Amino acid sequence: MTDASMPETSPSSKHTSSLLQQDVRTKKRNASEARFKAYGAIAIGIAILALVALMTSILANGSSAFRQTFISLDVYLDPAKLDKDGTRDPEAIAKVSTFGYAPLIKAAFDKEFEKPEIGLEGMKSSEAAKMISKEGPAELRRYVLENPDMIGETVRFDFLAGGRIDGYFKGRVTMESAERDKNVSPEQLQLADQLKAAGLLKTKFNWGFLTRADASENRPEAAGLGVAILGSFYMMIVVLVLALPIGVAASIYLEEFAPKNWFTDIIEVNISNLAAVPSIVFGILGLAIFINFAHLPQSAPIVGGLVLTLMTLPTIIIATRASLKAVPPSIRDAALGIGASKMQSVFHHVLPLAAPGILTGTIIGLAQALGETAPLLLIGMVAFVRDFPSAPPEGFFDPAAALPVQVYNWTQRSDPAFVERASGAIIVLLVFLLIMNAIAIILRRRFERRW
Amino acid sequence: MSFVKLTASALAIAAVSATAASARDQIQIAGSSTVLPYATIVAEAFGENFDFPTPVVEGGGSGAGRKKMCEGVGENTIDIANSSSRIKQSDIDLCASNGVNEIMEVRIGYDGIVFASDINGPEFAFTPADWYNALAAQVVVDGKLVDNTNKTWADVNGDLADQAILAFIPGTKHGTREVFDVKVLEAGCKATGAYDIYKEANGGDKKKAAKACYTLRTDGVSVDIDGDYTETLARLEANPQALGVFGLSFYENNTDKLRVATMGGIVPSTESIATGEYPVSRPLFFYVKKAHLGVIPGLQEYIDFFVSDEIAGPDGPLAEYGLVSDPELAKTQEMVANGVPMGALN
Repeated sequence: MTDASMPETSPSSKHTSSLLQQDVRTKKRNASEARFKAYGAIAIGIAILALVALMTSILANGSSAFRQTFISLDVYLDPAKLDKDGTRDPEAIAKVSTFGYAPLIKAAFDKEFEKPEIGLEGMKSSEAAKMISKEGPAELRRYVLENPDMIGETVRFDFLAGGRIDGYFKGRVTMESAERDKNVSPEQLQLADQLKAAGLLKTKFNWGFLTRADASENRPEAAGLGVAILGSFYMMIVVLVLALPIGVAASIYLEEFAPKNWFTDIIEVNISNLAAVPSIVFGILGLAIFINFAHLPQSAPIVGGLVLTLMTLPTIIIATRASLKAVPPSIRDAALGIGASKMQSVFHHVLPLAAPGILTGTIIGLAQALGETAPLLLIGMVAFVRDFPSAPPEGFFDPAAALPVQVYNWTQRSDPAFVERASGAIIVLLVFLLIMNAIAIILRRRFERRW
Repeated sequence: MSFVKLTASALAIAAVSATAASARDQIQIAGSSTVLPYATIVAEAFGENFDFPTPVVEGGGSGAGRKKMCEGVGENTIDIANSSSRIKQSDIDLCASNGVNEIMEVRIGYDGIVFASDINGPEFAFTPADWYNALAAQVVVDGKLVDNTNKTWADVNGDLADQAILAFIPGTKHGTREVFDVKVLEAGCKATGAYDIYKEANGGDKKKAAKACYTLRTDGVSVDIDGDYTETLARLEANPQALGVFGLSFYENNTDKLRVATMGGIVPSTESIATGEYPVSRPLFFYVKKAHLGVIPGLQEYIDFFVSDEIAGPDGPLAEYGLVSDPELAKTQEMVANGVPMGALN
């Protein structure tokens, strides 16, 4: 037997190999593996640390944007000021501008000062009226125009408090900073404390931040994301309606029908390259083609949507082709084998199986488009837009803002209250992105089939 | 069949875009980021008080705004260009070549440029000569131009704090920089006598001499900020030793963080700028395409509203925000009401 020599070679004690004692090379290999694991852990640790730092700074700055201080006042809608002729004619009432409504708020403070617990020595009601947002008179005017028969009555209004007063209750403004601040005085802050004690000043959840339009620089407290959210939504509709059919049709053709030759190879390489083109390039293209050549309106969601469609198409095509490729050829062969045409095999069998992957790719493409800022800068979306766009389809051509652009816009404003608003807008944007990504994950988990 | 379909859909798209383009009912404005806050305040009040839609206001810079206005006449070009510096002959020529012949120039008021440092730092009282000696590439020592080696403000002027020189000044694409160049550097250049030396060296050429005055040292003490004032403020918070250049309205909104320096002994304020005592200020303008008056609904009303006393007057919301109201506002109102286009640049 050949194994006869075994017993002589097996006690190889001179080679010092033992399961209990590692030799030098094994130690080296194990050590390098441990090192590699440590590098990996450090890399992930850095990533998590960066994420935590980013999130805490955004949340710390931005969460206060979702709360807002309101001041309740009983306003006497003085007929002598609002409707001098007493005709209650809507046109005559509309002639009184917002400047004519400001004295009503002053008068309301005069009345509050009659109470013993409210008011400071030597403080004028005009000083106190400055605590109310400049949006206040505009709200009053809107109310009176809608309810002209309320003139002569006393109505309780919840006014937005001015940005500095709001900042005081959020810790941004202190008595010390107020002393150096030209826009607020410590007396106003003391009065705000009194109003709070009297139950006239309250901090509530700020729905207006999500529903109001943008506001100018001297009333940051009234600025909201309404127009931006609607604009982003319109753009996403345009992207979805255009990019999904075009992208899916293009990938089905390329994957299933197109002959494999040098021409399709070039197309393929170009699609991958397009996916890597910086987004600002699409903005320049959009400005040249859609605005200067096709004469589409500026600042309109349709142009933004078209530009983002161009940007999203490669992403969708690549994702769709990958999920079409993942459908096993046996399914195509079986369909063709029982006499289905090529088109039937694709639309009846391959496409339904690839659908979850296509949808996931589309949603991720949309999420990317939602957060895109650079191309929108060039097509006039970074504008001050206060009117809501109308319902589609006309609304696609009305001016609108977009979420990421609103963030960019607010960071450039001089009033410190806009810093909080910008961070709040980032939170809203992140929530939308998280929702979209979550939908993509759920779709993939529930419907994806593996072979 | 497919050709017919393609043509039909192309026609449909063209029709939709054509109706959209001709149906523009809101005013479109673009231009200077300095004028932007004022324009948004007016646009907001205009939308509230009139039945017209709120105008859409875009930033982008004075030069870019004027160029956009000069792209041509028509619904898909902007109506008004905001500008923090006067229109240039090249803009007027560009406008003319694109059929934009009549432009109205509306001066809305004045904007001050202030020098400010961290609120907890020492106080500064500057003269233009101090800034020239601190930042210019070459300064006069014993009647001769030598390379600038001043390290601290005390080196420049014994009365100033012994603090290292570091200044954040607006980048060259800003209108503010132009004012800084002319009103501070050139003035300082003349005061220190460097201007005369430059003029002599250039054979009496004033333009070349002025240009030489604008040459700043490149050893890192003067930092160009290409972003806006919020960036300057952020840099200042990171370097409390530095000085920054701001617009008056920006400073007035951040008085709790910034300490303003005097210039020539004058504290910048809307009053001192209106009287002309504070030297570093400039007029702000907007330019209206006359061909759009009567075509875009509300355009005439908007410009009338903008220059009205309740908006642009000394007690209006613009003055409250930091605009120095124009003492000759009544003249402007008359000009706007009559729709007088601007004449040739002088």
